[in-house]
Amino acid sequence: MKIIVCIKQVPDTAEVRINPETNTLIRDGVPSIINPYDMHAIEAGLHIKEKAGGNVTVITMGPPQAETALREAISMGVDSAVLLTDRAFAGSDTWATAYTLAKAIEYLGADIILCGKQAIDGDTAQVGPEIAEFLDIPHISYIRKIDEIKDNKIVVQRLMDDGYDVIESSFPVLLTVVKELNVPRLPSIKGKMAAKKAVIQKMNAADIKADENCLGLKGSPTQVRNIFAPEVKKDRIMLEGTTEEKVTALVNELMRLKCL
Amino acid sequence: MDYFLSEEQVMIRDLARQIAEEKIVPVRAELDETGEFPWDIMKVLAQSDLFGLFIPEEYGGLGKGCLELSIAVEELSRACLGVSTTFAANALGTYPLLLFGTDEQKKKYLPDIAAGKRLVAFGLTEANAGSDAGGTQTTARLEGNEYIINGTKQWITNGGEAEVYTIIAITDRSKGPRGASAFVVEKGTPGFTFGKKENKMGIRASATTELIFDNCRIPRDNIIGKEGMGFVVAMKTLDSSRTGVGAQGVGVAQGAFEEAVKFAKQRVQFGHPVITFQAVQHMLADMATSIEASRALVYAVARFIDSGAKDVSKESAMSKLFATDVAMKVTTDAVQVMGGSGYMKEYPVEKMMRDAKILQIYEGTNQIQRNVIGQALIKEFTKKK
Repeated sequence: MKIIVCIKQVPDTAEVRINPETNTLIRDGVPSIINPYDMHAIEAGLHIKEKAGGNVTVITMGPPQAETALREAISMGVDSAVLLTDRAFAGSDTWATAYTLAKAIEYLGADIILCGKQAIDGDTAQVGPEIAEFLDIPHISYIRKIDEIKDNKIVVQRLMDDGYDVIESSFPVLLTVVKELNVPRLPSIKGKMAAKKAVIQKMNAADIKADENCLGLKGSPTQVRNIFAPEVKKDRIMLEGTTEEKVTALVNELMRLKCL
Repeated sequence: MDYFLSEEQVMIRDLARQIAEEKIVPVRAELDETGEFPWDIMKVLAQSDLFGLFIPEEYGGLGKGCLELSIAVEELSRACLGVSTTFAANALGTYPLLLFGTDEQKKKYLPDIAAGKRLVAFGLTEANAGSDAGGTQTTARLEGNEYIINGTKQWITNGGEAEVYTIIAITDRSKGPRGASAFVVEKGTPGFTFGKKENKMGIRASATTELIFDNCRIPRDNIIGKEGMGFVVAMKTLDSSRTGVGAQGVGVAQGAFEEAVKFAKQRVQFGHPVITFQAVQHMLADMATSIEASRALVYAVARFIDSGAKDVSKESAMSKLFATDVAMKVTTDAVQVMGGSGYMKEYPVEKMMRDAKILQIYEGTNQIQRNVIGQALIKEFTKKK
């Protein structure tokens, strides 16, 4: 079983601050971590390997510093790591990112591709499914449990608003995972030692035979025009009391505002 | 203070700290309350390779020494002594095999121990034999190719939970202390059962039980070392493990101290945080100073042991004695600095104070440690003349 886990290095902060002039994330002084959902994808990859055999490769697209995230994944027990790094990749939107990752996966080959359901910085949840579309393979998103894994099929549970779906798929397949799936393991000492010594395979646009018109800012159909924090309106009223009192107060307020 | 640890030692410390903070701190109060054995945490420790720290690489371990083990034990103890006792007692039980085991015994047991698949316990203490190991009443009688063990061991850490037990029994009573031998006994051997689980003041997450041997037959090859070497095995084992108890003292003292400082900065009386008062500052200053002194001693002795020194009884006794007396004093003072809050179970320091007490008692009471040091001094100063 050849397993590829796509990960992203993100700033470690729940409160992402934005530079109002450039409309970009302020990364200075904020330590980087592996996107928390991707940690669950790594754990899933290691779990599948332990059940069904094979090897796990972790892959990321990013600046050279993203190597730290790959080494952290190796310290958890991942077999190898690939860093997609090229100036041509800079400024990619989700479409260009997914295209680039898909080209690399096509080159490396995989039976199972795992992604976190979304990254905590962009929160789009688009890249995983888009990779599957580029590769023209099935994808199942929001995996909360792996029921069964065999040589030729996998059965998983997809988390839904009102319960879950049980879905069976052949390989290759792309899965995006939610945090309910597992508890990511901590690194091991042997893993940390291996991570220190590991050689990270670096690949650029030419290596993955990508069409340069599909890469980076140039290849991105969407462009960020403006990023802003939603305005916090302070003139809100919380109605309290019994339901009857609250309804009466609401009606009075709507009448005062001439809505009724 | 910088102890000039190697990159690998820092790696071990950071990983043990991460486990302590993420996996132990959130559950320690509950484990203390219920006395439930921390299997979930043991699994994490196993997966992280920490059980293999002090086991040679040829047997699947990391081949590290006493210092690395002490560093890991200190970090776990900073969070919970109950958990660290379980972990450290595993090392205690393993030392007889590591120091005196045959190659076959090592091959049979050490890889599983290093992987955390099988937990180990050490059985020396009995109802009439604790500080006085000469009072041991458990016997092992050779019959054909088997030893038949009879007797009861008491207060055995990891009892019932461990798979492998290294125990001391008398093979020839007429020879006095030279009549004892060490054996390895596996859980599930007919005639080997466990007594009641003790209800303890502290380290409640650790399991403490009796080991009951009733005509328990084990293969002759299960002897560790030769017949009559039992007390040598026990003493060398304790020489190796005592620094780990010192490291437990450093860890629990550090944990309690940090809680006390955090509290003293927040708690306002007479219009100021209590840390601004000299009375509190002086207590904290004494706590910090004595913790640093005990850490320095424990690390120094650990390095001395790792250097291959032959006789380490005196130094290892010193590190255990000093660091655990400091631990009792510092955890008690941490409760005092925090006043009424320190006495309440909402804060972890009352548990740390209860837990710390055992460190002055087990693996040789601190009075026995002083005896060991005293006897070493007599020997030293007699030689010099």
